[in-house]
This record gives sequence, structure tokens and C-alpha cells, in this order.
Amino acid sequence: MDQPTNASSLTDESGSAPAVRFENVGMRYGRGPEVLSDISFDLPRGSFQFLTGPSGAGKTSLLRLIYLAERPSRGLVSLFGEDTTAMERGALPAFRRRIGVVFQDFRLLQHLSVFDNVALPLRVAGQNARQYGEDIVELLNWVGLGHRVDALPPTLSGGEQQRAAIARAVVSRPEILIADEPTGNVDPDMARRLLRLFVELNRLGTTVLIASHDIALIRSVNAPVLELADGKLNRRTRSA
Amino acid sequence: MTKPRRSAPLLPGEAGRDLPLLAVCAILVFLACLSVIGAAGAWRAASGWSDQLASEMTLQVLPGEEDDGDEAARQAGALASGLPGVLGTEVRSRSASMALLRPWLGNTSLPDDFPLPRLVTLQIDPENRPASGAVEALFADAPYRVIVDDNRLWAGAIARASATVRYFAIALVALVCGAAAAVIVFAARAALSMRRDVAEALHLVGAPDSFITALFQKRFFMLGLKAGAAGSVLALLAAGALNLAGGSAASLFFLPSLAPGWGVVIIVPVAALVSGLISALAARLTVTAGLKTRWP
Repeated sequence: MDQPTNASSLTDESGSAPAVRFENVGMRYGRGPEVLSDISFDLPRGSFQFLTGPSGAGKTSLLRLIYLAERPSRGLVSLFGEDTTAMERGALPAFRRRIGVVFQDFRLLQHLSVFDNVALPLRVAGQNARQYGEDIVELLNWVGLGHRVDALPPTLSGGEQQRAAIARAVVSRPEILIADEPTGNVDPDMARRLLRLFVELNRLGTTVLIASHDIALIRSVNAPVLELADGKLNRRTRSA
Repeated sequence: MTKPRRSAPLLPGEAGRDLPLLAVCAILVFLACLSVIGAAGAWRAASGWSDQLASEMTLQVLPGEEDDGDEAARQAGALASGLPGVLGTEVRSRSASMALLRPWLGNTSLPDDFPLPRLVTLQIDPENRPASGAVEALFADAPYRVIVDDNRLWAGAIARASATVRYFAIALVALVCGAAAAVIVFAARAALSMRRDVAEALHLVGAPDSFITALFQKRFFMLGLKAGAAGSVLALLAAGALNLAGGSAASLFFLPSLAPGWGVVIIVPVAALVSGLISALAARLTVTAGLKTRWP
């Protein structure tokens, strides 16, 4: 397996602010207990890291904080050197457009074709089908969905939906790619192929964070691993 | 070379679900238009009556016991016709005055010496009405008494009634618009709830609130536009039918005519546009508030 470019480094070699920085972050839903406590870490720009931990450890909550679907109850979350915790909500969409997300439950829009689902980030960015049409077909060919371009999500298998979700996350060449169990529904061959896509994007400069339980997948890449347990970031290990 | 693709609408079509909402909005627009048409009819009738009253004055000539009433009326008419602003006179004889009393007294004939007032109608130039008191002054030295009725009392009453009808119609239209906006608020909330997946997906790929709001706003604008057009056309047809069916009854009871007239056709595009704008605004405010609540 190809290795990511900045897999061995947790520091930002360029000296610029990290893509993601958490400082003593705590998070609770409503008045419930803290699901994340005192989380501090950096994702340097261009790094490739895994996030792992048992179910209920807070992985999804941590990812939601990164892609700005939630705000922390305390602490500081900054993206590209900008503190997002105190940021006005009107300023957040511009940051979200710099992040691609692969959701565990895919979140494809059921009434849109695979093509239109994948095109969503580009459409939101103001591009039209004439500009992005060929690129999307090419990307869909690459993830093995070239024959399902016009299919609706309900007619796709779990693996196909997952690949469509991955294509949507990477289509706008985001600066940060977050994937929550991105290979959970595909066969090992396709999992390796998708991982190669993530590594390739990382080579081109994208910061990648993959949440996964798949030990084989994690071991196939020599990348740091953030391990969450009971809402705390316990240790950092290397995957290989 | 691949064929250029057309992007599918981000909000799926809801033709079946929108139909009841369209019907409710169309009914509200129908009621609003009907009140506008009614008020316009009342205003038109009132201004017709006011113009008529302003262009006439009535002299009541009360002859003395020894006087020839008809002769006194003729003299009064001749005197008045020389006054600037008086375009013409119409002297009503004793028999004409009797005819006016017939609906109340029946065919009973009055004694010949009964001092029945004679009426003289003066046609007045509304642009050049005789100065106040000029008509009375004309008969100051006349051997008979003359009471001048310039219809001011009636004109004032009609103006007040017309204004009341207008204010009532404005209040009714405002209430109906408020009801329509409230209906759209509920519908927009339901639509946002039902299409939470779309809003969330757009939100997470970096769509600003304005982008998401615009989708719902456009849908509700189109819905309001259709409801406005349908409701106003139905109101025009109903007003026309009412006028045909009850025109004679209306004139009997001095009710305003609902005859639309060609000018009132303007109500269709105006109602459609206003309905569309109210719907769009209500949807915009509701969805914006909903997005802020869901993703603070």
C-alpha cells in the first residue's frame, strides 16, 4: 500500500497553523454528561491520521466538531488557524466547503441521482453541470460507479452508496477529508482501492482523518492513530 | 463528448402534498379579492351618488295660502336659473309633487287648498357651484318661502358610509393576508421538517442559510403565485355571477354592484404577485428561523 506523505509527522512542517486544533475541548449534548472531555490534539496540514476507539467512545461527536455540525461546550476548536468556537454562524459555511465528509450512514439524497448527489458540493459552490459533468463521470468511473451514474440511491447496494458518498466528499478536492467508517460496507478489494484514493488525495495536500474499527485497514497505512475511550483521547499510536 | 446534463431540483416535487395547501391559499385569496371587488363596487357607487348629489340642488317652494304654488315654483326656477353655476332648472308641478307622495299616501287626493310644497331641481355645475348662501339670498324678498337643500347631509352620509366600507375591506384583506401567512408558516415548517435530509446535506457541504432558504422560498413563491391566480380568477367569476344573479335586488336595496368591470381584471396579476410575495416572505422567515434553531 502507498504511504501517505506526512504520515509520520504530527507537527506542521510548513510552520503554518494546523488544519485542525483542539485545545481542552469538552462536549455534552444538552444537559447530559460530557461525551468528550479535555480533548487536545492537532491535525497538521497534509497529515493522514486514523481515529479509533470502541463504540460510544465519542468518535462521531469528535468528527461532528471538526466538520462544524456541533460546537464544543468548552475549549477551543480551530480550523486553519481560525477559532471556530466563537465564530458567527454566517462565517461557518465557508469553512465547511473546505471539508469533505464521508458519513457512516452516507446521507445521500434519495431523490437525486448518483451524479447529482456527487455534484452537490460543486453546485453549492456555484458551478453548473456543464463545468463539472465530465469530472464527475470520471470520478464515478474511478470509484466503480460509472454504470450507476443515473441511479437513485434506494436502488444502490450499501457498498455502492458508500462509494457515492466518498465521491461526494472528495469531488471538490477539500483541504480536510473526514471519513466515518468509509470502508464498512465494501469488500476488501474495494476497501483497498478507496483507501488508495484517500492516500492519493493526501499526497495532493489534503489532510485526512479516518475513523475506523477496521484494524487491517489501519495497519495497511503507516499513519498515526488517535485512540478515543470514554470521551478521552487516551494515546497516540502508530498504525504500522 | 458526453451530453450536457441538467441538474435535478434539490427539493423534490411535492405536487400531491401541495394540493391541499394550494386550495387553502386559493380560498383565502378568493375571499380577499371578493372583499376588494365589493369595496371597489361600493366606492364606485358612492362616488356616483356623490357626483349626482353634488350636481343638484333642490328648492322647496312653500307658497302662502293665497299664492298659486305652481306659479311661485316657476318664478323661483326662473330666478334661480340666472344664478352663476346653475346650468338648468326643473320645476315640478303640484301633480308631480303628488306623484312623489303617492308611495306613502296611496291614491288619496289631498284637498286643493292643502299647502303642498313644490319642488324645483337645480342642475349645478360641480366645478362652479353657486357661493354658499347665494341661493338663499336670491329669495330673501320673495313673497313665498324657499328652503334650499344642497344635499350636503346626504353627501356626507354617503362619504362616511363609503369610507367605512373601504376601511372594512382593507381590514378584511389584512386579516386574510395574515391568515394566509400563518398557513404558509405552518406549511414551511412542515416542509423543512419533511426535507430535513436535504437541508442537512446542503448545510454540511457548506451551503449558506440563504442558499437553503432560497429553495423553500422559490417553492412557496410559486405556490402563492398559483393560488393567487386561481383565487382571483374565481373571485372575478363569482363577482360576475353574483352581479348577474342579484343585480336587480342590489339596486333595490341600494347595495353596491359587484360588477367587476374590465379595469378590475388587474386584480388577477396583482393578487397572484402579492400572494406569491407573502408566501415567499413567510417561508423565508420560517425556514431561516428553523435553520438557526437546528444548527445554532
